[in-house]
Formats: sequence, structure tokens, C-alpha cells
Amino acid sequence: MTPLARLLEAALFASAHPVPLADLKAMAVDLETSESDIAGALAELRDHYDDDGHGVELVEVGGGWQILTRPEYTETIERAQLAARPQRLSAAALETLAIIAYRQPLGRAEIEQIRGVGCGQMLKSLHERELIEVTGRGEGMGRPLLYGTTPGFLEQFALRHLGELPRADELAVALRDPNATPMRIESPPAGVDSPPPGIDVDAPYLETAR
Amino acid sequence: MDDVTVGRLRDGEVFVVELTQFSGPLDLLLSLIRDEQIDIQDIPVARIAEQFLARISSLALDEAADYLEMAARLVRIKAQMLLPRRDGDEAWEDPRAELVRRLLEYQQVREVVDILEARSDERRNRFSRAYLPRNFASPAPAAAALSLSLPELLAAVDRVLRAARQPGIHDVVPRTIDVTGAIATVRAVLALKSSARWRDLIASDAEPWQVLSVLLALLELAKLGELRLTQARPFASVEIASDAASQAA
Repeated sequence: MTPLARLLEAALFASAHPVPLADLKAMAVDLETSESDIAGALAELRDHYDDDGHGVELVEVGGGWQILTRPEYTETIERAQLAARPQRLSAAALETLAIIAYRQPLGRAEIEQIRGVGCGQMLKSLHERELIEVTGRGEGMGRPLLYGTTPGFLEQFALRHLGELPRADELAVALRDPNATPMRIESPPAGVDSPPPGIDVDAPYLETAR
Repeated sequence: MDDVTVGRLRDGEVFVVELTQFSGPLDLLLSLIRDEQIDIQDIPVARIAEQFLARISSLALDEAADYLEMAARLVRIKAQMLLPRRDGDEAWEDPRAELVRRLLEYQQVREVVDILEARSDERRNRFSRAYLPRNFASPAPAAAALSLSLPELLAAVDRVLRAARQPGIHDVVPRTIDVTGAIATVRAVLALKSSARWRDLIASDAEPWQVLSVLLALLELAKLGELRLTQARPFASVEIASDAASQAA
């Protein structure tokens, strides 16, 4: 491996969270590296892990890079109680996160309107888990807090960025009411058009009885 | 399956009713529609409202306001559907339209939930480096030079020295409890007189370890049947008497 790849390996090993490319570049500033050098070294490291039979691999997640163990060893490691998988989130928590991920920034009232249930406690606990954060205050009555997802959210859901979630018009069930507000993604990649209303694709479990 | 998980009520907390099966009234409604294989655009409101009510009462959920609100909404739509309307009345708006819109929107949310769930399962199956505790204080930047004048530095040294003049240093000396020795003492005392009191065995300036030793010795001897412990009333002095029966034997 090149010295740069070795340096990146050491840095990623030492870090508990995914490290963004920009941070890696800033660290390797002495070696006069460009971003493409870093990307090349990361690819080298990834191939090294993949080809030489390692128990860990290099994964791009949550806006950065991270060394993770391979899934085939998870059971054994957990049985030996060396590490524990985090708890699964409840369906209610996932619903709240899904709404925030697609509509951020948005306030509590809007979330509750979509879910049909009170979400105060849920928002608090998601905030404590650092999956969502307050991104600002909205207009209107009481200037409500607006919520958005965090880098921790991307990390926990193995997303490189929000654009990796399917666009609203790619979801099987589309809104058929042209006057309804379409769901949209605040996406980093360019060129996400607002979904065309009225795509008539039924989910398989919603067979019509007509 | 547990039908209802009732959140514990602590100060200032709202009462949380969470169904393990349904995450809200819209979820329940969607599941009814799915079970009945109904077209979501043409919901037979009367039937669904009836089933919804039956379901929430059988789930002992009637205290949950969110479900009740949906039940009320369904009943209202059902009533609106019953109002007579003229044929070809252009202005008539389907009272179910808002509900349908919400259901479709909610269904989309559920779809995203499935995607998120699959992704989180994928991530859960990999461990990252996990040694760093969450509340680990970030180390202060060491490279920054101190901007201090000499008098300031000396004053600081002085403060530190004054604070350290009487450092609270404690020597921790291991003191084992001497039960065997205490048993010997108790036996010797009881050999002299047939009954004794607590203060006959313990000097007034006894250290805690001595008190503990004697206490354990007394309990041990009582267990062995060599003596009897009696107390006339609560907090009275304890009478220690050698057990005549065991003496005879």
C-alpha cells in the first residue's frame, strides 16, 4: 500500500465516526494531496481489504468513510458479547424519521398531521439519539421549531446522503390528488424535479376490489 | 402479542399508549382497508367506521385520543355521505377526499419506513470502532501558547500552593475483622459469669472493627447454641447468657 493509503487507514481506524473526504484531505495536507489522490488511496485501501481477505471493509456512509466489520461475523461477535447491535427503532420512530427525512425542515404539527398521532415524546427521544436536530424556527403561530435529520441519521441508515433515498415519484404509491403537496427531497445531487402527480401505480398489497 | 404497551407515567410526561401492532389510527385504518381488499379511492365509510370502532374497543384503546379523533372523523364522513344530493351536482365534493389524501400520503410514509428498516438492518450488521465514550471530553488544544504575565503566573502558583497546604491525604489501612479472637473473649467472659451484657464485652472506646467482631462472634456462638441472646424490649440492653443445656452436654 502507498504511504497515503496507510495514513488513511490509521486515521479511519482511530476515528469513531465516518470521516468526510475534506477532513482526510486536510489531515494529509503535508503530503500535498488532491482530492483525487485521497479518493485513489481510499479505493486502494478498499481493494486491499476486499482482495486480501480481511474481516473489515471500507464503507462510504453518512457523508464520510468508515471501517466496519463484515456482516458475516456479526452473529459470532455478538454471541461472545464483545459488541452489541443497537436496538431496532420502533415503527413509530421510523415513520417520524421518514417524514422528517423527506420534508425537512418541518415542524411538529406537520409531522403529527401526517402520522395522525402526537409526536412530542417521539421527537424528544429521536433528538436524544441524535438522529434529528432543530434546524430553525418556522413562520407562523408561535414560531415552531423545525426539525431536520443529522449525519448520525445517515450513518445509522447506511446512507451516503439523503439523495440515496428513492425520490417521491419512485415510490410505488404516488399521490393521485393533483392538489396535494408532493413529498420532496432536499437532495444534494442536482436535478431532482418535483414528482409528477398522479402516477397510478398500486402497491401489491393494495389490490383493488373493483 | 401484547396488545397495548402503556407508558409509565412520570412527572410532566404525557400518557403514551402505543400499540405494538399499530403505530397510529392511520395504520389501523390502512390495515382494515387491506384486510377487506377495498379500493382506497372508494372506501365504504359506513362499514369501515364500524370496524374501526369495533377494533379500537376490542383493543382496549378507547382512552387514546388519536384513535378517537379518527373514529369521530369517520363517523362524520359517514354522516356526510348520507346527506341527499342532486344528480349532476357539480359542486359536490366527496367528503372522503381529505381522508383518501391522508391515507395515500401515509402509505407513502410506510413505504419509506420499509426502506429505512432494510437499510438500518444492513447497518446494524456491521460494527464500527466503538471505544469512544459519548461524553468523552475533547482534549484542550495543546499547541496554543499561554498568554500570561509573570505576576499572573506567580499568583496562580500561590493559589495552588495555598489550596494544597493541607491536602486531604488518607491512608487506607486494611483492618480485618477478628471474629475468632472475639469468640475467645466472649467465651472467657461467660466462663467467669453466666450472663453478661453488651457493654461487658465492648470497651467504651472500641473501634468499629472491634464492635463488628464481637457482634459476629455473638451471632456465631448463638448459632452454635453456646449462648442465648435476649432483649427485654426494643432498644434495651442485650442479655447474653450461656446456654445451660449446651453447658451440661
